[in-house]
Amino acid sequence: MGEKVLMKGNEAIAEAAIAAGCRHFFGYPITPQTEVAAYMSKRMPKIGGVYLQGESEVASINMVLGAGAAGVRVMTSTSSPGISLMAEGISYIAGSDVPCLIVNVQRGGPGLGGIQPSQADYYQATKASGHGDFQMLVFAPSTVQEMVDLVAGAFELGDKYRMPAMILSDGMLGQMMEPVELPEKRENPEDNKPWAASGHQNKRGHNVINSLYIDPHELERLVVERYKKYDAIKETEQRAEEYLADDAEIIIVAFGASSRVSRSAVDMARKQGIKAGLVRPITLWPFPEKFLAKHAGHAKVFLSVEMSMGQMVDDVKLAINCSRPVEFFGRTGGVIPTPKEVLEQIVRLNGGGYRCR
Amino acid sequence: MPVKGERPHALLDVPLHYCPGCTHGIVHRLVAEVIDELGIEGKTVGVASVGCSVFTYNYFGCDMVQAPHGRAPAVATGVKRARPENVVFTYQGDGDLAAIGMGETVHAAARGENIVAIFINNAIYGMTGGQMAPTTLPGQVTQTTPYGRDVKTAGNPIRVCELLSSLDGVALAQRVTVDCVRNVNIAKKAIRKAFEYQMEGRGYCIIEVVSTCPTNWGLSPKDAIQWLRDNMLPYYPLGVYKDAGEAEQ
Repeated sequence: MGEKVLMKGNEAIAEAAIAAGCRHFFGYPITPQTEVAAYMSKRMPKIGGVYLQGESEVASINMVLGAGAAGVRVMTSTSSPGISLMAEGISYIAGSDVPCLIVNVQRGGPGLGGIQPSQADYYQATKASGHGDFQMLVFAPSTVQEMVDLVAGAFELGDKYRMPAMILSDGMLGQMMEPVELPEKRENPEDNKPWAASGHQNKRGHNVINSLYIDPHELERLVVERYKKYDAIKETEQRAEEYLADDAEIIIVAFGASSRVSRSAVDMARKQGIKAGLVRPITLWPFPEKFLAKHAGHAKVFLSVEMSMGQMVDDVKLAINCSRPVEFFGRTGGVIPTPKEVLEQIVRLNGGGYRCR
Repeated sequence: MPVKGERPHALLDVPLHYCPGCTHGIVHRLVAEVIDELGIEGKTVGVASVGCSVFTYNYFGCDMVQAPHGRAPAVATGVKRARPENVVFTYQGDGDLAAIGMGETVHAAARGENIVAIFINNAIYGMTGGQMAPTTLPGQVTQTTPYGRDVKTAGNPIRVCELLSSLDGVALAQRVTVDCVRNVNIAKKAIRKAFEYQMEGRGYCIIEVVSTCPTNWGLSPKDAIQWLRDNMLPYYPLGVYKDAGEAEQ
């Protein structure tokens, strides 16, 4: 620890995964995440790891399912259209209780969309990553350093709860370079996973990694059990950063790239004497409801700033039970909002010009 | 020759769900016997596919992973790359392997993944109730080719072993059937060779078993066997399409 190196976000996330003991990477090239795969293809053969370029995102996520089922620490990375292709596999992974790490370096959509940064996969990441009742752990870093810092924890929590975890990055965080301190290497990446399908060595019954339950009552029971686990996660794993929020009358809620812009806007507003603050979700699922609810008493209004047409704004309203007006400002299609634009919204709200009640 | 009546250890003592006259049961037994003979149950991981054979995870005594429809080769790739010391096989039907999973199959084969694919070709979708498969014969009546498969509109059947045998990564591609004792013995030898090739690190091995589906063919078990001989085998000739071991000699 200690030494800082200048790294691109996509490369830093790959190195952090290696430091966290990940030795298995399966992926398919797509802009703007390709550096993750390229970095892995360079590093993995040197450290006895596996880098394999699948023939598609569909194949890659199923390779992740296989490796995860066999009990190793495994990851993939892609960008928005790739996540759509992985949706089936993610659902199976969740339904089979297999841990893994999925990185989404978001770009503009829908369709082929664009290749510039976006946050328009929020719904997909937090609410509908595939068919059926399930959740993923979703982490939203806002700096290259935080990307590095979140990777080990994402693996750990995925293993702990036996579920997929996602780092929801974007084209800006993935492509930008910042100084980072890399974490210490995890010496023994092989976890004890007695449930894994890795060969029973004639020492136990056979393990089955499966998501099929023909009896509806059995399937219901298993899904309900999984949701009890989700409830426990909501209770203990919410994470957010609060910035000048304790006395704020106007609270911006923003994650990832848009939170960087919003932080600058909060600073500019404070200089004008406007009591603005920021709550930055670090976990998007579980959504940090507690961090928002505690400010509902003193805040006059909340403003969700996103690089989408407004997705997280729904969760902000639910988190405070609609007890305060919740407004939205966003740019989409790959356009990054400027601090000035966000400041204009803060100034408008400071004047009481709410669009919603 | 002594008659062996015992259940192979690698086949669990549970009732199979297959229809009377379906050849899945025979093939399961052959795979389990090979696993027993090679003494590899403890290090074998099977990958179940989607279709009638989805419940293989309940039948084989080795560790099992159930894959999404068509994705068994990718899941098996993940298992094998994670645990190269394991012996990994997929058990797939024709819809799974040759329709929705053809991409995964071709690329696993092209990479020479060290896995074995047990491929059940019965020219129909069984689990969903008898729809056209990629291997449905020209003129064959199914639920979704009620007037017989018209190759002008529904396309032509795919001969999987012939297709895959052109790929460098394939170590063994052999088509067998289990319609009589002689052919059952040939099938078992082929399956054993496939597992041995994997253990020798030779690459992708596929054993295509031309099989019956009496229920969805609308035939008695006996008539289904005859229909297989009269219709399936002329279109899908038995034999070795690629054998890297033979080629070396």
